[in-house]
Amino acid sequence: MIEIQNISKSFDGKQVLFEISGIFEKGKCNLIIGTSGTGKSVLLKCMVALLPPDVGNVLYDNRDFTHGDKQLQTDVRREIGMLFQGGALFDSKSVEENVMFPLDILTEMPSDEKLDRVNFCLERVGLENINKKMPSEISGGMKKRVGIARAMVNNPNYLFCDEPNSGLDPQTAIRIDSLIKEITDEYKITTVVVTHDMNSVLEIGDHILYIFEGRKLWEGDNKHIMESGVKELDDFVFANRMMRMVKDRSA
Amino acid sequence: MRSLGKYLIFIYNLFVRRETFRTYVKLSFDEAIKVGYDSLFIVLIVSVFLGAVTTIQTAYNLISPLIPDPVISLVVRDMTILELSPTIIAIVYAGKVGSNIAGELGTMRITEQIDALEVMGINAISYLVLPKIIASVLMFPLLVILSGFCAIYSGFLTSLVTGVISGEDYLTGIQLDFNEFGVVFAMIKALVYGYLVATISAYKGFYTSGGALEVGQSSTNAVTSSCIAILVADYSLAYMLAPFLTPS
Ligand SMILES: Nc1ncnc2c1ncn2[C@@H]1O[C@H](COP(=O)(O)OP(=O)(O)OP(=O)(O)O)[C@@H](O)[C@H]1O
Ligand SMILES: [Mg+2]
Repeated sequence: MIEIQNISKSFDGKQVLFEISGIFEKGKCNLIIGTSGTGKSVLLKCMVALLPPDVGNVLYDNRDFTHGDKQLQTDVRREIGMLFQGGALFDSKSVEENVMFPLDILTEMPSDEKLDRVNFCLERVGLENINKKMPSEISGGMKKRVGIARAMVNNPNYLFCDEPNSGLDPQTAIRIDSLIKEITDEYKITTVVVTHDMNSVLEIGDHILYIFEGRKLWEGDNKHIMESGVKELDDFVFANRMMRMVKDRSA
Repeated sequence: MRSLGKYLIFIYNLFVRRETFRTYVKLSFDEAIKVGYDSLFIVLIVSVFLGAVTTIQTAYNLISPLIPDPVISLVVRDMTILELSPTIIAIVYAGKVGSNIAGELGTMRITEQIDALEVMGINAISYLVLPKIIASVLMFPLLVILSGFCAIYSGFLTSLVTGVISGEDYLTGIQLDFNEFGVVFAMIKALVYGYLVATISAYKGFYTSGGALEVGQSSTNAVTSSCIAILVADYSLAYMLAPFLTPS
């Protein structure tokens, strides 16, 4: 479980996040949704302390991560798997080395076991036979998926994904969503996913935080998102035609 | 002043929360090969020309019946060892290796690769930068030694080809009044320059923010700042160590 308390963040006097609180439970897919530029990525980075929040705390299973000492931060981080919005693969390493990297650094596994684990993860994201390719030789969507494989390879307790399925075709996107859901259920981890894809919201949104211009406007699950009564959220949810049709039908 | 403070914190962070010793040995080894291999060609070319040009120009400056010919190669030798090989090569090295380090780290920063390392609980500064510094401090003195040999040998070839002095006089001259401390001095300079180029360039690259444009700027800044640091260090070292050069 991850708890965030009163997170505020500003850059050069421009406030981006306003007192956001929330609880992300274990074994659930927790979604942070919102339009582009509302501060979702910044919130995620504050949660893993890549950006220090101006005020507020982040607790990982009651460990005060934001104000803990360096050792505690390192310990918590070694339990984190994270997918960045752009993939953030190491360009000087091959796909296989990228995925293996967390195992190399954080574990004492023998190398054949590591290789098995890497292949297993790559298979789960639907990528086989590209082990030796360099990141510059694969497509954007493939980079994302390698990023997911790298995030899950070391069995993290906390999984963060920044837009795991943007830039993917609908089929692969659904496949990635269900993968995230599966590993969350299977290993009972705490998963936090940033997305603006309504499909994912409906598919995997066990718990949803809606952020609008740096403020949390709504919190709930995918069963209730259509009847939130929050205007901004309705605009977001029913932005596309398909969703509007669904709404008209049910009315 | 602010950036000097930030630089010092950066250096401090190199040595805390490190990975295993074995990791560093492997990384440093890889970096050392890269650094050496990358700059070998340019260092050789520059050294050959330094030796040749210095020989010819010194010869023309010292045309006088009062000065025996071997003095020419003595001057070439001392200039090469004390100043040309360490300092000029350091400037070349800053242009080649320094810009490379800053560009690489800058790109890693803007594509969030450094963030990815940090999230894994790795001290990105020491993981990425320490091996580069170790590699630079090890390899640059070797490059300077190589450069010294090349330059002096190239001076010899030049004297044979152009006949500004005879080969025999050249060989006599480079053995005349040899002060071993000159070599020690050159190595001290080389260590300091190797360290300065690596740390300054890494610092500039590591704190890049923005996009591809800023990566280019960091690279250029890395070279400029390294060159200034090299020249300041050169002056300071000359001031401190030159007294040891005079024969006691
Ligand atoms: N390092 C930074 N320095 C200054 N401002 C920043 C920085 N990072 C983000 N911002 C600002 O914070 C705001 C939120 O950015 P953020 O990246 O969190 O958006 P987002 O919700 O993730 O959008 P998207 O869905 O497009 O990824 C933006 O207005 C951006 O300009
Ligand atoms: Mg974002």
